[in-house]
Amino acid sequence: MMKLTKTTTALATLALLGLAGPALAEIRIGATLSATGPASFLGDPEAKTLEMLVEEVNAAGGINGEQVELVLYDDGGDPNKARTFATRLVEDDEVSAIIGGTTTGTTMSIIAVAEDAEIPFISLAGAVDIIDPVKPYTFKTPHTDRMACQKIFEDMQKRGFSKIGMISGTDGFGASMQAQCKSVAGEYAIEIVADETYDPKDADMTAQLTKIKGAEGIQAVLNPGFGQGPSIVTRNYKQLAIGLPLYQSHGVASDGFIDLAGADAAEGVRLPGTALLIAGILPDSDPQKPVVTAYKTAFETRTGTPVGTFGGYAHDAFLILKDAITRAGSTEPAAIRDAIEATSGLVGTTGTYTMSPENHLGLDLSAFRMLEIKGGTWSMAE
Amino acid sequence: MSELLQFLLSGVTVGAVYALVALGFTIIFNASDVVNFAQGEFVMLGGMTTVFAHAAGLPLPLAALVAILATAAIGVALNKLAIEPARGAPVVSLIIITIGASIFIRGAAQLVFDKQIHKLPAFSGDDPIVLLGATILPQSLWVICGALVVFAGLWFFFTRTLLGRAVLATSNNRLAAQLVGINTNFVMTLSFALSAGIGALAGVLVTPITLTSYDVGLGLALKGFAGAMLGGMGNPKGALAGGFLLGLLEALTAGYLSSQYKDAAAFVVILAVLFFMPQGLFGRKSTDRV
Repeated sequence: MMKLTKTTTALATLALLGLAGPALAEIRIGATLSATGPASFLGDPEAKTLEMLVEEVNAAGGINGEQVELVLYDDGGDPNKARTFATRLVEDDEVSAIIGGTTTGTTMSIIAVAEDAEIPFISLAGAVDIIDPVKPYTFKTPHTDRMACQKIFEDMQKRGFSKIGMISGTDGFGASMQAQCKSVAGEYAIEIVADETYDPKDADMTAQLTKIKGAEGIQAVLNPGFGQGPSIVTRNYKQLAIGLPLYQSHGVASDGFIDLAGADAAEGVRLPGTALLIAGILPDSDPQKPVVTAYKTAFETRTGTPVGTFGGYAHDAFLILKDAITRAGSTEPAAIRDAIEATSGLVGTTGTYTMSPENHLGLDLSAFRMLEIKGGTWSMAE
Repeated sequence: MSELLQFLLSGVTVGAVYALVALGFTIIFNASDVVNFAQGEFVMLGGMTTVFAHAAGLPLPLAALVAILATAAIGVALNKLAIEPARGAPVVSLIIITIGASIFIRGAAQLVFDKQIHKLPAFSGDDPIVLLGATILPQSLWVICGALVVFAGLWFFFTRTLLGRAVLATSNNRLAAQLVGINTNFVMTLSFALSAGIGALAGVLVTPITLTSYDVGLGLALKGFAGAMLGGMGNPKGALAGGFLLGLLEALTAGYLSSQYKDAAAFVVILAVLFFMPQGLFGRKSTDRV
C-alpha cells in the first residue's frame, strides 16, 4: 500500500530521536494521495507526476543545492487513512510541507493535521471550502467549480443565452457544481428552467433529457459531472437530436471523454478546460505554452499514458513549493508558508498563480480556456 | 405522446440491462439458495475482457466468446476455491463469501486491467431508430433480444431438461438429490459456470450502452438484484419481468415526477410489493412439508 522512499531504517530512527535534525541536508516533502480506490484515476497520475518531478529536480541538483526526498503515501481515497498518514508525515517523517488530498474529503482531514502542526499544505482537490475562509497554512492548485460555472455562464451570455437546462450527476463533484452554478447563475442573467439529476452509475439519461428538451424556451444545456455519466449524457443528447448547444464541465476535460462519447456525439460540445489539454494548438506567444509542453512531453514519455488535468494539479503544487523553498532559502515550515503566500506570476499548467494573504488559490477566470470539440479534437472557442 | 413513448423506450432500455443481470442470479440461486453478490463482477469481467481482447486485435465476436469462456472459468474457480470448501456452512455465510469474492475480483481487475473507463463499439451502429417521434438505439434492441433469448434458454433448461431438473432438485434437498444419483458437486460447478457465462454475456451486450470499468459490477448487481427480488428470486420469468418493471418505474418517475426521486420511487414500489408478496411477483411459494 504505502511507498516509502529509500530512507534507511537507521536514518529514520535518528530522525525520530530528533538527533539528526540539522544533519539532514535534504528537503523532505510529504504527500498523501489516492493512488488506488475510487479516486484512483485522479490520484494515480498525481502520484506519478510527483515522483517524476522530484527525480527531475534531484537530477538537476535539487533545490538550493539540496536534494529533495518525497515521502508518498496512498490513502485509497479514505479520509481516515489520509488523516493517519498526514499525522505520520508530520510526526515521524518530519516533512517541511505536504502536498495531497486528491479528493475534497481527504483534503479536509489533512487540513486539520497540517494547520495544527503549522506545516504548509497544498491541496489538489476542487471544493472552494478548502481555501474559503482562508486558513493560514492551507493552499490549493485546482480552480474551483464555482469558477467553472462562471466561465461557462460568461460564454453563454456572450452567445445570448438566458434560459438553460441543467442535468447533474448526484456524486460529490456533480452535486457541488450544480449548487455553485445555481448560486452564480443570477449574476449572468441566466435562468435555470430545467434542473435534473442522474446517478453516476445510470445506464441511460434519455428520460431526463426528454424532460429538459420539453422545457419552455430552453436555449442550452449544462452537464456538471465526471466519470462515465457525461459521456452517456452526450450520447443520449445526440440520440434524442436535441440540437441545442451542450456544455460539459472541467470534470471531463480529457481526450478520454471524446473517445467515450464518440467524436460524432461530442461534436460542438463546449467546456472550460486548461491549457494542458490543448498544448499542441496554443499559440507560441502564450505564456503557458513552454510549461505545459514540457510537462506533457515528460509525463507521456515516462508513463506512456496521455497527460491529464489532474496530474497537472500535482505538477503545479510541486512547482509552487519548489518556487517558495527557493525564495525562502530555508526548509522551515513557517518560512515556506510565507513564501508560498508571496507567490506571484508563477506560470503553471493550470494557470498563472498569484497568491495573497486573502487568496490561497491565486487563479482567476483566465486560467480556464473555453474549448469546443470539433472533428474529434479540441479547439479554442474564443 | 411522443414524450411518453420516449420515457417508455428509455425504461425498456434500462430495464433490459437490469433484466439481463437479474437472469444471471437465477441459476446459482436455484442450485443452492445462495444469492451470488459477485454476479455484478461477472458482468464487469465480461465487458472488460471483451474490451481488452478486442483492443488486442481479436474480432468482436471472438473477443466476446473469449470473455464469456474466461468468465465461466472464473465462476468455476470461485465455486471450487471458495464455495465448495465451505459446503455445509449456512446460506448466509455462503452469501457473505460471495461478497468477499466480489471485492476480491474488483481489486484484481483493477490490477489486471486498469482503472480507466472503456467502451465497445455498438454492434449495429449508433444511428437511433425513430419510432413515432421517440428514439431507441439499435444496441438496446440487442440487449432486449439478449434478455429474451437467455430467458427462453433458462426456461427450457429448468422445465424441459433432466439437468435443469437436477439443479432444482439439488437446491430442494441436497441429500435426497444425491440419493437419487445426482452428482451435486457437478451441478454446483455447472451452475456457477452458467451464471458467470450469462453475466459475461450481459456485460458484452450492455457495455456499448453503459460503458465499463473495473467498478461497474456493484451498481449493476444491486439493480439486477432488486429486479430479481421484485420479480421473484429464482424464477427466470420473474427476473425478466422484475428487471423491465424496475427500468420502466425509474424512467417514468424521472419523466413525470423528478429525477431526484427516481431511485427512491423504484425502491418504494419494490418494498410495497415485497410487503404484500414476500416471494416477489412470480416467486415460488415455499411450502415446507413435514
